[in-house]
Amino acid sequence: MSRAVPGSDDGTTPAPPRAVITGIGVVAPNGFDADEYWDAVLHGRGGIDRITRFDPAQYPATLAGEVPDYDVRAYIPSRLVPQTDQTTRLVLIAADAAVRDSALDPTALPDDQVGIVTGLSAGGLEYSQRELEKLWSLGSDHVSAYLSFSWFYAVNTGQISIRHGWHGPGGVLTGNTSGLDAMAQARRYVADGLPVVMCGAVESAMCPLGLTIELTTGHMSTVDDRTRAYLPFDTAASGYVPGEGGAMVVVEEVGHANGRGVQPYCEIAGYATTFDPRPGSAREPGLRRAIESALSDAGVTPAEVDVVFADAAGVGTLDRAEATAVTAVFGPRGVPVTAPKTMTGRLYSGGPALDVATASLSMRHGVIPPMINVTDPVRSDQLDLVLGRPRETTVSTALVLARSDGINSAMVLKAV
Amino acid sequence: MNRRIAITGIGVRAPGGGNAKEFWKLISSGTSAIRTISLFDASGHRSRIAGECDFDPVAEGLSAQEIRRMDRSAQLAVAATREAVADAGLDLAETDPHRCGVSVGSAIGGTMSLDREYNVLSDGGRKWLLDHEYAVPHLYNYLVPTSIAADVAWTAGAEGPVSLVSTGCTAGIESVSHAARLIREGSADVMLAGGSDASVSPICVACFDAIKATTPRNDEPATASRPFDRSRNGFVLAEGSAMLVLEELNHARARGAHIYAEIGGWDVRANAYHMTGLRTEGAELAKAIEVALRMAGRVPDQVDYVNAHGSGTKQNDSHETDAFKRSLGDHAYRTPVSSIKSMIGHSLGAIGSIEIAACAMAIEAGLVPPTANLHEPDPELGLDYVPLTARQADLRTVLKVGSGFGGFQSAMVLTKGGSDE
Repeated sequence: MSRAVPGSDDGTTPAPPRAVITGIGVVAPNGFDADEYWDAVLHGRGGIDRITRFDPAQYPATLAGEVPDYDVRAYIPSRLVPQTDQTTRLVLIAADAAVRDSALDPTALPDDQVGIVTGLSAGGLEYSQRELEKLWSLGSDHVSAYLSFSWFYAVNTGQISIRHGWHGPGGVLTGNTSGLDAMAQARRYVADGLPVVMCGAVESAMCPLGLTIELTTGHMSTVDDRTRAYLPFDTAASGYVPGEGGAMVVVEEVGHANGRGVQPYCEIAGYATTFDPRPGSAREPGLRRAIESALSDAGVTPAEVDVVFADAAGVGTLDRAEATAVTAVFGPRGVPVTAPKTMTGRLYSGGPALDVATASLSMRHGVIPPMINVTDPVRSDQLDLVLGRPRETTVSTALVLARSDGINSAMVLKAV
Repeated sequence: MNRRIAITGIGVRAPGGGNAKEFWKLISSGTSAIRTISLFDASGHRSRIAGECDFDPVAEGLSAQEIRRMDRSAQLAVAATREAVADAGLDLAETDPHRCGVSVGSAIGGTMSLDREYNVLSDGGRKWLLDHEYAVPHLYNYLVPTSIAADVAWTAGAEGPVSLVSTGCTAGIESVSHAARLIREGSADVMLAGGSDASVSPICVACFDAIKATTPRNDEPATASRPFDRSRNGFVLAEGSAMLVLEELNHARARGAHIYAEIGGWDVRANAYHMTGLRTEGAELAKAIEVALRMAGRVPDQVDYVNAHGSGTKQNDSHETDAFKRSLGDHAYRTPVSSIKSMIGHSLGAIGSIEIAACAMAIEAGLVPPTANLHEPDPELGLDYVPLTARQADLRTVLKVGSGFGGFQSAMVLTKGGSDE
């Protein structure tokens, strides 16, 4: 997007406040917090395995990245347990962790100065399946009084607001790119003058309804070897494996972060989102344009980008389209490309949010985490994939990509 | 100079109105469109009335495959989009697709289809391990509501920013705010913005039955929705969609487009209080109103009309009335306030957009739509709720507010369009 700063024509208006990430909360199949997760991705430890939450034997796909079991009551107030889906519990856990990581004292701010934006694709689905079961087997008067708000897409922004007492602007975006789009919206809030925004996405749809629905996309892998099921950019790509988890981050106005002596992970420096032409159109898909617009928004050239966190659909045609778009912008093997989501599966809206967290950790630690299991890259002349082992290098600028349902979103993160 | 946002096209599919004109005729005449639920057998439910659209996707020109692919919420949105584009006189071939985006609000997305298909997959709720071989191919579209925005984008040929906003019952205001923001910041010149929800399904009716939020006044549907009346006892569920064409003002002027109104300001707040409850004093809604007015460069005394949330619950009535008094001061007592939910019910994430359409048409017509069924205003409230009959007025600044589950409090300011004041 070409961000026309209001009033910038006359050269007198200062640039809008910059948004930086100062806290990260991660919940992933291969780590229940950011430290555990980061250790896992550096060592190539994946969290994909046979589904345990229900018996998957009758389904053509049996693998998923499930978040490890945890003691719900150790994290979630008992009052909230009967009224929340796994999705919302994980969101609250990640948001708490992000606040701790940012060392932000929420009581030090007026409570209308903290905004919240979350992304979500499916809503509280396991909870909903249980209530749908009651509706159709027992009757409408058996449906829970909590369903009206435990299912719907706005649940997480509302529950975070209540838990932390934050009264600032609140938003909810949907779809599998919304983990990224929510952070871009947080950046807009900061540009408008808000000092702190909690944002991101964490999602779970680990129930028979979630799996049944995903199977209809035709993009799920039915391979049952957990090391061979999700192989983006590999000649043996057979689809993706779903997972649960994601990340919440604290986004802060840079001066506010500096004022309390906090070193940010990175700046959200650029963003763009585009939509693909109608199916069947001869026009070019929108991913390349999203990348170029995000780079332009950030004011960086392709040569300055140190790593691309790919969408990595794991579907041959989609992988080739992504490789084509990345190569068109960066040239053949012009930038390292990685996909740590090969260790977690695709986390609905949570996936791109987790990629932003991973990119942030990558910048802080000077190492690009690898993608695992991919051994036979389909376009090795085009893509410099970070395979198997992490790559130690200074990461000053990272690009995170996300696609779903025709939407292409791209975000540029820069070291501060 | 800020980029300004003009409303240049309106499409509406609402109860009692198959298009924007019919919708305006209904609400300006104070007529109710609420009836006994016909979309499914609701005899086992506590609340059995709703605002239903007389909507025929075939007559709307949707193809067999489009009807299969789209949940009713998407069908309503696509029909409203076509009307809005035609009303705006927008030549899609002349519009740069990269500069055209979509922002749709929906609280519950494709829930109606998901509910229906779940019943099949589970064989009437008997199986936890659902039979995937009974799944229809477009089940994923029904789960992830972004599919509604995608279908609107294909209808309009939009390839710019496309999103589905879902802040509960304020989603129809938030989606329009989001679109306005994208135009203002320069990310788009044209946005298809609005909301859609197809709420009259067993699971959705059951959800509101369970918390007794909807009125049980089943025997008198036409008078069941009674915002601000002392006898109101809950809202009436409804469905519908409104889609607007928003354009950067100079873009609209350059092609000589008709301008209904401008969107001057907006804000949304979380109330940090309760997922379904409201604090009486309305502090967050008042704050949202103040911010939206300031953004629009207006002061409280300039507000000519408030299109209320007016859902018909006692809690809402006192909450928003307090917020109006708090934000507008004495001027609140001089300002007409009305609720069109009294006539078309509460269509969740769609209603905010339908009400914004009503505000734009009210500005154009110089007419405040009334609050139907308001025979005995609750004496504890004390504002002018425009009972029963529409009222002529020169509307230069109109305030639209909404409040929703999850604690969202939204405000938007519309201004009479096109002037350089």
